[in-house]
Amino acid sequence: MLQLYGKQITSRLLLGTAQYPSPAVLKEAIATSGTEIITVSLRREMTGGRTGDKFWSMIQSLSRHVLPNTAGCHTVKEAVLTAQMARDVFATDWIKLEVIGNHDTLQPDVFALVEAARILTADGFKVFPYMTDDLTVADRLLGAGCEVLMPWCAPIGSAMGPLNIHALRSLRGHFPDVTMIVDAGLGRPSHAAAVMELGFDAILLNTAVAKARDPAAMAGAFAKATEAGYAAYHAGMLEPRDVAVPSTPVIGKAVFT
Amino acid sequence: MRLIVNGEPHEIAAHDLDALLRELEFDGEWLATALNGELVRSHERPLCRLNEGDRVEILTPRQGG
Repeated sequence: MLQLYGKQITSRLLLGTAQYPSPAVLKEAIATSGTEIITVSLRREMTGGRTGDKFWSMIQSLSRHVLPNTAGCHTVKEAVLTAQMARDVFATDWIKLEVIGNHDTLQPDVFALVEAARILTADGFKVFPYMTDDLTVADRLLGAGCEVLMPWCAPIGSAMGPLNIHALRSLRGHFPDVTMIVDAGLGRPSHAAAVMELGFDAILLNTAVAKARDPAAMAGAFAKATEAGYAAYHAGMLEPRDVAVPSTPVIGKAVFT
Repeated sequence: MRLIVNGEPHEIAAHDLDALLRELEFDGEWLATALNGELVRSHERPLCRLNEGDRVEILTPRQGG
């Protein structure tokens, strides 16, 4: 079972709540995904508006764990303040920490990320850092108090799938006991299976499900692929070989000449 | 006094953050607030005095990835 800061989680798929065609479709996708953790954000409210209340009431009705994010933050100060505001509203010390370093790639500013993670863990937060696949950054984040790491496998929303298998494999190999969730860049269920086959603990998805023609069906497909990849990794996969090896026994084969 | 609320200038009569939310009809139950870049928890708002030129952020839950 997946362990996230002491919480036992059955599903290995975390799902974002943005970009769905409607709240009804979002609810359906959450249901078919089987996810127990959904991500949310904080944004400015309009005067006289109750947009946040409507959304939050719907989310609360689903009885899932909520993982607030700091999406869109570009500095340590912004990210820390957003996390503090999220804790005040959502009443959780979980935070998906994003500190964006580049507008085009949305890759994290890993230096600011480590600093923000240190500040937030000291303040009692349980930080889920959105990071690159860099080993040293992983090491620094663990040193900052993170118990979970969330490496990207490609830029957010790109749907490119794992771009650097070697880096992901290195991360898994160097930190075999750290819970790692691949976050960002997955486009299709085979990508989810591929990263889970490397031994990752879970995946976090949003765009690939929300922008599918049928988000609910795609959420189900990702859930199956994620579980298949996880099971395959733990079943011990056959490594590729350079020569053919017959699967049918050679001994006992009839000789007709 | 003149304040900046969610990036927009507002002329308001309220002297504390709790009163400002009522005056501007932010009547949602799930609000997060910050004053000049510092968190103001919900229970602290009545005691949070406002001054000319203060910057107030009022956030609510929204979809996120």
